[in-house]
Amino acid sequence: MARTVIPFGPQHPVLPEPVHLDLVVEDEKVIEARPSIGFVHRGLEKLAETKDFIEFVYVAERICGICSFIHGQTYCQAIETIMNIAVPPRAVYLRTVWGELSRLHSHLLWLGLMADGMGFENLFMHTWRVREKILAIIEATTGGRVIFGSCKVGGVRRDIDAAAITRILGELNEIEKDMRGLTKILLDDNSVKARLCGVGVLTRAQAHDLGCVGPMMRASGIAQDMRQLGYAAFNEIKVEPITRTEGDSYARCAVRCGELFQSLDIIRQAFAKIPDGPVEVKVTGNPTGETITRTEQPRGEVVYHLKATGTKFLQRFRVRTPTFANLPAMLQVLPGCDLADVPMIILTIDPCISCTER
Amino acid sequence: MAYFEMTKLALKWAMTKPATSQYPFVPRQPVAGSRGRLVFTKDNCIYCNVCAKKCPTDALVVNRKEKKWIIDQLRCITCGYCVEVCPKKSLSMDTGHDRVAVTRDHEIH
Ligand code: SF4
Ligand code: SF4
Repeated sequence: MARTVIPFGPQHPVLPEPVHLDLVVEDEKVIEARPSIGFVHRGLEKLAETKDFIEFVYVAERICGICSFIHGQTYCQAIETIMNIAVPPRAVYLRTVWGELSRLHSHLLWLGLMADGMGFENLFMHTWRVREKILAIIEATTGGRVIFGSCKVGGVRRDIDAAAITRILGELNEIEKDMRGLTKILLDDNSVKARLCGVGVLTRAQAHDLGCVGPMMRASGIAQDMRQLGYAAFNEIKVEPITRTEGDSYARCAVRCGELFQSLDIIRQAFAKIPDGPVEVKVTGNPTGETITRTEQPRGEVVYHLKATGTKFLQRFRVRTPTFANLPAMLQVLPGCDLADVPMIILTIDPCISCTER
Repeated sequence: MAYFEMTKLALKWAMTKPATSQYPFVPRQPVAGSRGRLVFTKDNCIYCNVCAKKCPTDALVVNRKEKKWIIDQLRCITCGYCVEVCPKKSLSMDTGHDRVAVTRDHEIH
């Protein structure tokens, strides 16, 4: 049968960010997918050599526009490890709360994009309506909507007072009610199921061998979450990874829906346990040493490698982002699928291309 | 199995006030503590250059001789770092997001 090559991207209605695939198709079946990336490479790693390590947290936060806070947090944690800085417990809890708020808004954004991708416009609008409430909490507590700017080396820039905590907890109850309704539609609706079940199946063995991370891996049955490492306040707040075993697009969607409620639970626990005290310590001197830090982004595990030689500029700054780790698995599941399912499969890995290309 | 869940939600919202507002005809209510726009107050400034040195995007230039504080609004990412480091508190953050920078021309104060 004749083969045709269909270019997919870098501009495509379902793609929020540019990635290009050459899809080799036979009739409607995809035989092979050849990727090319690099459209939004910004050279942020190189920038570490010319920006002072305290200022660099602003750059680290801008690696990604969606998981921005956790990038900043991971960077700060890495510097704090090198410099042996003990961050005040209150700051650690605040970081945990903001990290989970960022996961909530990222997952809601993704659920909306996925609904949009399958033509469910109404659900898309409603998911983003709920996301807007999370963004309002974030703006009121940090000053930014998606780029929080509240994390700094040695602690955090802002505190959340008791009155605000009570207000936020009340708003979270409302948000939970909204999310229960939306996830019910997403997970129980027949047309959604018809579009997602059995599409883009990644087996447990494949997920393991290809080094998947985050919801992509957990949907294939591997119970691993970097929050189990106990960074930030996660040594006092226990996290049980949410897993599914099917490994298809529906399972990835279900894992993310489950994580929405898990994040709400973590925020409530953190607010219940948050100790009083200062939110930052003074940082003096320059870092010397090398470290690897791992945290859980909404899209999976992120790895930071930092090397400092005692000057105010880092010698090496390297980031392995979750989408980068999930791309091989995406290319693995594309062959054999229908051309019409390609957008869904690409969306269900929750691709963040600007992260990947830095 | 869910039947007509979306229909119920859609009907409810068909009879509710929209969640969106008619921006720009209805201005957005400012959020306290939001980082909207950088404001410079000339009176206190001692032209020490600290803000320009610390700015992560090099958006500021301070000319001590001519007593000029210059900003490239398109470069400023409203991170607020300059506000934090200014020794004379002559910088502050306004909560409004309504003013948009459209030109590379430097704003000279
Ligand atoms: S840091 Fe403050 S006082 Fe110094 S030049 Fe900047 S605005 Fe003026
Ligand atoms: S707010 Fe940030 S980017 Fe803007 S001038 Fe101040 S330091 Fe520079």
